[in-house]
Amino acid sequence: MRIESAKHLQQLQGEYSADLNRFPQKVLVCCGPGCLANGSEKIFNEFKKILSAKKIQGITVEALKKTGCHGFCAQGPLVVIEPQGIFYTRVQVKSVAEIIEKTLAGKEVIPRLLYVSPENGRKIENYKEIPFYSNQMRISLRNVGKIDPENIRDYIALGGYQALAKALTTMQPQQVIDEVNKSGIRGRGGAGFPTGRKWDTCRKAESDIRYVICNGDEGDPGAFMDRCIMEGDPHSILEGMIICAYAIGSTSGYIYVREEYPLAVINLQKAVEAAREYSLLGENILDSKLDFDIKINRGGGAFVCGESSALMKSVAGDVGEPRAKYIRSVIKGLHDKPTVLNNVETLATIPVIMNNGSDAFASIGTKKSAGTKAFSLAGKIKNTGLIEVPMGTTLRKIIFDIGGGIPNKRQFKAVQTGGPSGGCLPESKLDLPVDFDTLTEAGSMMGSGGMIIMDDRTCMVDVAKYFLNFLVYESCGKCVPCREGLYQLYTLCNNITEGNGKEGDLELMENLSQNIQIGSLCGLGQSGPNPFLSTLMYFREEYETHIREKKCPAGVCRSLITYEITDDCTGCLACIKVCPVSAITGQKKKKHFLNQQICDRCGSCYDVCQFNAIIIK
Amino acid sequence: MVTIQINGKLVQAEKGEMLIAVIRRQRIDIPALCHHDAVEPCGSCRLCMVEITKKDWDGWSKFVTSCLYPVEPDLIVSTHSPRVVELRKTILDLYLARSPKSEIIQRMAAEYGITQTSYQEVPDGDNCIMCYACTRVCEELGCNAISAVQRGHKKIIAPPLGEPPVDCVGCLSCANICPTHFIEWNDDNGKRTIWGKQFELVSCKICGKKTITRDFAEYLVRKRNIPANYFEICDDCKRTELTKSMGKIVIAAQEISK
Repeated sequence: MRIESAKHLQQLQGEYSADLNRFPQKVLVCCGPGCLANGSEKIFNEFKKILSAKKIQGITVEALKKTGCHGFCAQGPLVVIEPQGIFYTRVQVKSVAEIIEKTLAGKEVIPRLLYVSPENGRKIENYKEIPFYSNQMRISLRNVGKIDPENIRDYIALGGYQALAKALTTMQPQQVIDEVNKSGIRGRGGAGFPTGRKWDTCRKAESDIRYVICNGDEGDPGAFMDRCIMEGDPHSILEGMIICAYAIGSTSGYIYVREEYPLAVINLQKAVEAAREYSLLGENILDSKLDFDIKINRGGGAFVCGESSALMKSVAGDVGEPRAKYIRSVIKGLHDKPTVLNNVETLATIPVIMNNGSDAFASIGTKKSAGTKAFSLAGKIKNTGLIEVPMGTTLRKIIFDIGGGIPNKRQFKAVQTGGPSGGCLPESKLDLPVDFDTLTEAGSMMGSGGMIIMDDRTCMVDVAKYFLNFLVYESCGKCVPCREGLYQLYTLCNNITEGNGKEGDLELMENLSQNIQIGSLCGLGQSGPNPFLSTLMYFREEYETHIREKKCPAGVCRSLITYEITDDCTGCLACIKVCPVSAITGQKKKKHFLNQQICDRCGSCYDVCQFNAIIIK
Repeated sequence: MVTIQINGKLVQAEKGEMLIAVIRRQRIDIPALCHHDAVEPCGSCRLCMVEITKKDWDGWSKFVTSCLYPVEPDLIVSTHSPRVVELRKTILDLYLARSPKSEIIQRMAAEYGITQTSYQEVPDGDNCIMCYACTRVCEELGCNAISAVQRGHKKIIAPPLGEPPVDCVGCLSCANICPTHFIEWNDDNGKRTIWGKQFELVSCKICGKKTITRDFAEYLVRKRNIPANYFEICDDCKRTELTKSMGKIVIAAQEISK
């Protein structure tokens, strides 16, 4: 199938969308990373088996869709029945026949599988009424969870590639750039550089060849926004890239995606092949004389390869080490040619800007940070998952209204934004509107959008240590401040958690941090001390307690705590069973005894005790 | 030519040349470990960092490695501002924790008043400061026999797979350029060993002295368009032979003029 022109595309959209809507109902099975891990593939196969065998109420197996991430990972595996929007949670293989029989054939909702509101215990039928969804605004994730990512016809049916057609047929390249500029979109990868300005500089750079690269090397622990777009809606990225190619005058593009995202690699590959088949990649795209093709480049898993210059070296086949960017990569990037490097989310948003116009996009969000931003919620939060909200939404709304707050009746302590190089913000910063500038002012950063929520059983020194350890491991080792400096910062932090902190350590660490920030070669080192600096800024007394009193207030640092069994012990044997080092002895219905010499302080007994009879001292 | 300001003094410089060259021409002592004129700059040691600003930057300044920063008009450079000195001290302090036995590190740190590191000495710290001078010179020669492997704090310079490097010709460029003399090699009994690989040394046909490795001689003949028999005789003997033939010519010329 070759799409000859914009008109032909329009005609196909009509055909495909009619084809898609010929069934009275549709079954969407979430096959995002969270649901897949919970066995949604088996659920999909069960649906497929039953629907292939017989036709039910005019529904055949073609009305069954394997979609990308629906976002509400905490409730997975998810199955959605459209057009009613019936939202089934924690679906098991054995429930599939029941869903087909009752809901698809009998139009009857199964209450057992519905989402239960934690506030009033009400069962909510339509997902649009669940606060997790109703408080969101989805732009970059617009199709994720709604279409079959492996099928280009689904994307075209929902208006896919129309933005490209509009740009190619009605706009000059400079107009495209102006439109992007006016929309106010800033790079979603973390730094927040205005996308339009980047494109403009690249277009004006003198060269015979220019490149477009999509940065899909999402490496922050707990972040999976880009992954879900690449897996769930790969064509939106391709469309964004082709529009960019037209705007800057490029004929060749790359998608750099980490090898650890196998499904993303497969779906992107399939999308590229389909786009080539439909002549949306290749020569003379939509009869506009634009030639452009995309190659998929798999990254080996180095965190630093998400940094632009290291990424370009990796694409070129060299060791992924950053270079000094006194000459920016839009002037001298891949193979020393002008290169636009955009994040997955940025590129997936471009078609919406083209379709709806820059004003519509600029009206969303805040003045300096337009549009929406996807976040992944992880850690100690009820509604773990993937969300998208307008810029300027407060952290409180994200964490409590959408995220549902902290589980197990614990208290909120901090939220880590911006990945390892970001920072931790305390309760007092919860009413901050989330955008690029306010988060940076507060000592953290937007980063790519990972949010890790921590409760009161989290030790902030331990958190800083965790992230510093990550950065020490992921530092490329090219420049001294990052390689040796972060290592020493980690060592000092580790000493504090082990009870070996000294007076003066914090001052030494602060001085070292400042010099790592100004002395490092790339962004990894320059933002590397952030986990330490931001936790120190808001939780200094916790560091001081570790150093002076040799105590861990949160009860986490193993060297500084002891577990004790109180008289509340009922002698239920539960702790004895879970203790991995057999430190607890005792008989049934008699108070147990904990041998401190053997105890490894893992906390398993504390977690399992139903009677609060184990305390941390 | 452009005019820039270094430590308050107006200085002429070629547009596009690296800042470090201009600074050093002014006889300003600015430390650097990874910089070497023979190889491309890489900016890994961070010691040559300077603070730069411009009149229209509204008091804002930034820190750049002078070995990599091309000169621009109207640049105002401070090579020893308090922040820069503080930064260099921290870097030398970190080097001292990693390579406490290195003489050049000790000397440079002492120049900045540091004799004892403020940090914990790195267990098994060696004298490799990961300046990439060896890998860059090897790349410059076209051999690429060694490179940096692993990452972060565990990074080392090594041949591929840690085996004797197939592409090494035993030229010793890496050992000679190493600022801390960390790369070990030895010549013994007509054999040279470096990176775990053994090379045969070429003997001079006349005096028998050992010169370069056979691999290096063959490499130069192959790649640099040098006559095949060039390395058969050592430089000293070549000079002696030349003197002898020059003498013969002089005598012959004297005979003719008679």
